Amino acid sequence: MELLRRSWAIVWKDLLIEARTKQAFNAMVFFAALVLFIFSFALGPDTELLREVSGGLLWVGIAFTGILSLNRTYQSEETSGGIEGLRVYPGDPRAIFLGKLFGNIIVLLAVEAVLFPAAAVLFQIEMLPHAWELAGVALLGTVGFSIVGTFYAALTVNLRAREVMLPLLLFPALVPMLLGAVNATTLILVGDPMQDSDIWIRLLIAFDVIFFVISTWIFPIALEE
Amino acid sequence: MTSNSGMAKLIGVAALVTMLIGSFVGLFVVSPDRLQGDVQRLMYVHVPAAWLAFLAFFIVFLMSVLYLIQRDLKWDRVAHASAEIGVVFTVLTLALGSMWGKPTWGVWWTWDPRLTTTAIMLAIYVGYLAIRSFADDPDKRARWAAIVGIIGFANVPIVYLSVIWWRTLHQPPSSPRSVSPEILWTLLFNVLAFTLVYVYLMMRRIRLAKVEGELEQRVAYNG
Repeated sequence: MELLRRSWAIVWKDLLIEARTKQAFNAMVFFAALVLFIFSFALGPDTELLREVSGGLLWVGIAFTGILSLNRTYQSEETSGGIEGLRVYPGDPRAIFLGKLFGNIIVLLAVEAVLFPAAAVLFQIEMLPHAWELAGVALLGTVGFSIVGTFYAALTVNLRAREVMLPLLLFPALVPMLLGAVNATTLILVGDPMQDSDIWIRLLIAFDVIFFVISTWIFPIALEE
Repeated sequence: MTSNSGMAKLIGVAALVTMLIGSFVGLFVVSPDRLQGDVQRLMYVHVPAAWLAFLAFFIVFLMSVLYLIQRDLKWDRVAHASAEIGVVFTVLTLALGSMWGKPTWGVWWTWDPRLTTTAIMLAIYVGYLAIRSFADDPDKRARWAAIVGIIGFANVPIVYLSVIWWRTLHQPPSSPRSVSPEILWTLLFNVLAFTLVYVYLMMRRIRLAKVEGELEQRVAYNG
């Protein structure tokens, strides 16, 4: 409970800063929409084709936008030396990880709340009948992405060239999560008579659990000075 | 150091001799595969290279765990050496596999689970080496690298499983065929030869890493 309370304090602080400055959110939404646009240009105006690959397009958009968000995860602390402050607070350092993780999940889900309807309009996909299933897959995928992302962001925050290092470390690790999310989303959107999406949803759940355990376990070592 | 260096020389010679014998037997003595012909002989270097890549990355994993427990930089040097050698052998595995794939499957590359996993594994350990090159402080570098070494290794089986699921919706993965004892023995001998090469390279690379570490320390000390 104490851990959750501490985590929530960090979530609240970060969201409050974001709500007052609106630095990242607006830019991220525009960036995500632009990624969808660029794909539409690259693949041509064939709506049938766009619909078939829409799951992939959506998740590439989310992954690219997510990288922007992750690179900023510890920025508010870094510039003012606040990470030292967080580090010397009594209590479990895992609260910092959980707080940053929840923050990243909330921001990314908010971006997706705009991105999915935008894709439905751009690619002419009927999303409303599958809204709950899509929301479930989006949540599982976003949680997995944010777990590994928040962890590696802590590892790369002090590095030179962290903008390059974060995706270099993150994307290979995300392969199972991306495969699961893309396939589940596509199956839901184009029709899934054989219930093939079940196996992908199970993969997503397994990925989330495994990496949540590993990340929270190792995080204190990653945070050491 | 002299005894260690002498040992390294001995293993180096043993590696060279076994490599020569293994290559000779693989190229000229063993009869070629009935279906694939001489192309199959690539197996005698491809399989040992793949085995070594996995061995090397397993050693990285072990040494990373040891480093995080004991915080002794000697484990980090072993992990670093093994990761570099592992990357080289992974590239070799992919290149040799491509050369075999073109005449056999008709393509240089296919999204087979093992191929795909090997390629992703290469990306993971290139990331491992990259994060090392961006860190200046030896202890931080060792700690960050150890974390990447552990998570990266844990991820390989998950990637493999997910790619199998992804591909089996389209095609069954290739399965190992039963092989004749002649082929098997040649293969095992080559695995031995490659392992000796690995041990030799490791000894040399660890020695080099030690000297590099001392140099780094002296430069830092002298400003």
